[in-house]
Amino acid sequence: MAEILVLVEHVDGEVKKVTLELLTLARSLGSPSAVWAGPGYSEAAKARLAEYGADKIYVAGAQDIADHVVAPKAELLARLVSSASPAAVLVAATAEGKEVAGRLAIKTDSGVLTDAVGLSDGLVAEQSIFGGGVNVKSKVVKGTPIVAVRPNSTAPEASAGAAAEEQVEVELSDAAKAARVVERVAQDKGARPELTEAAIVVSGGRGVGSAENFAIIEKLADALGAAVGASRAATDAGWYPHQFQVGQTGKTVSPQLYIAAGISGAIQHRAGMQTAKTIVAINKDPEAPIFELADFGIVGDLHQIVPNLTEEVQKRK
Amino acid sequence: MNIVVCVKQVPDTATERKLNAKDNTLDRDAADGVINELCEYAVEEALKIKEAHGGEVTVLTMGPAKATDTIRKALAMGADKAVHLVDDALHGSDALSTSYALAQTLKKIGFDLVILGSESTDARTGVLAAMLAERLGAPQLTLARKVEIDGSSITIERLTDYGFDRVQASLPAVVSVVEKINEPRYPSFKGIMAAKKKPVQTLGIADAEIDAAQVGLSGAWSEVADFAVAPPRAAGTIVKDEGDGGAKAAEFLASKKFI
Repeated sequence: MAEILVLVEHVDGEVKKVTLELLTLARSLGSPSAVWAGPGYSEAAKARLAEYGADKIYVAGAQDIADHVVAPKAELLARLVSSASPAAVLVAATAEGKEVAGRLAIKTDSGVLTDAVGLSDGLVAEQSIFGGGVNVKSKVVKGTPIVAVRPNSTAPEASAGAAAEEQVEVELSDAAKAARVVERVAQDKGARPELTEAAIVVSGGRGVGSAENFAIIEKLADALGAAVGASRAATDAGWYPHQFQVGQTGKTVSPQLYIAAGISGAIQHRAGMQTAKTIVAINKDPEAPIFELADFGIVGDLHQIVPNLTEEVQKRK
Repeated sequence: MNIVVCVKQVPDTATERKLNAKDNTLDRDAADGVINELCEYAVEEALKIKEAHGGEVTVLTMGPAKATDTIRKALAMGADKAVHLVDDALHGSDALSTSYALAQTLKKIGFDLVILGSESTDARTGVLAAMLAERLGAPQLTLARKVEIDGSSITIERLTDYGFDRVQASLPAVVSVVEKINEPRYPSFKGIMAAKKKPVQTLGIADAEIDAAQVGLSGAWSEVADFAVAPPRAAGTIVKDEGDGGAKAAEFLASKKFI
């Protein structure tokens, strides 16, 4: 079966959920080979990748790979594309994943498709564009198809793979080392899942009213095991950190469930969340456009409804 | 310092955006063309760098004739001059073709710093800055929420999922910016008037030494095979809160097995 390379996303040595989704998707197309870039590889990581079907694991554990912006990962993948001649390369459609895909496309003279929400026989990708308004099917016509797949597009399913390990040494070019990470600064987000890959997202907007009031949004999110998002109005007002902004100029999320509290649903916001499978809206304005998208809408004061909902969720756990 | 800002004209997101059924490319006549929002932040950052360190700001755009409106907007904000890459052969270019055409043009016009918005509202691929860095062999300083320049050294704060990375490189470099970085200025009346007199150089593919086989629909590395307007979402249930809104929402979530 044709080999499919999957770039592993990992944080502190832990494999992210999106990688399990990608391995699951890759199994439907061929034989998945996980590619581990940077330090942090362990027996636990190997077991996780094997559990979700990795037939092979390429391990390039050099610190160098993590110390420069994106380019070393593209060099590593380009080397593997040339030695393994895979049928495709899959990466997560995160900001960084897409940048890796972009550079890899040029290195290997291959086409790239970003933000795929599905991938079928013949490597035809489904994409949802214009804020979910148009569905397109596209394909790569030159080189090795490189596809950035949106988190939450495939349900991860376990299926044991052989996980044959192969160590890979990469001699990075000077160009790849040109941009150096001199400091990493983590900002508090507690134990919540990462926004773009969370299965449930609870977002607050203008209606939340203040930074302090975001605590009720966070409580609901924690009760649901969800990530917290915010509309641009809320981040512009300084009520919530910018990296949690969902929308046209912020993050695109595609969760199973999206709860919008105090968000009117301006185009800026809709562009970032419209492809959520289920949408719940809470807003005191019955005319708010967010209700046009909502599977379930409640017209009323979020300051009452959100704490009540949190309590109900906790009761049912 | 020679700063080049790449800007893109996109269909206004407030209007209905379409693909053209004839060749599955963006229908540029269906909606009003406006400057891509993140490009305004890129122009603003370029102007700020020029104000602090001196130099010249050149606007570079690839697009059809009507993209001159977008050039004028950037010039009215304060950019010094513009280069418009316009050629029928470019129609239907994908991200790889676009990055190739822009890289060829950038090599031609020269630069110390290239600044872009981190993505466009139409294609939203988010790959162009990385591709330009790769093609130009220049350091990639993308997703910047802050840019600092000290001599020939450049440091940015790169937005990440966990916070940010401080990233350092030497000029020349390619930078992309996120919306948090600044507050784009509005063009003044004086700026709008002055923009009319600023030089706009028009280049075709031959002028920029762009190989026609690598651009346009036929040169693209990927293609849209088919598209369909997404069916509208089925109307949902909307209830008024009578003190039981939270409980009703919980029932709905339970019915969908979220709790």
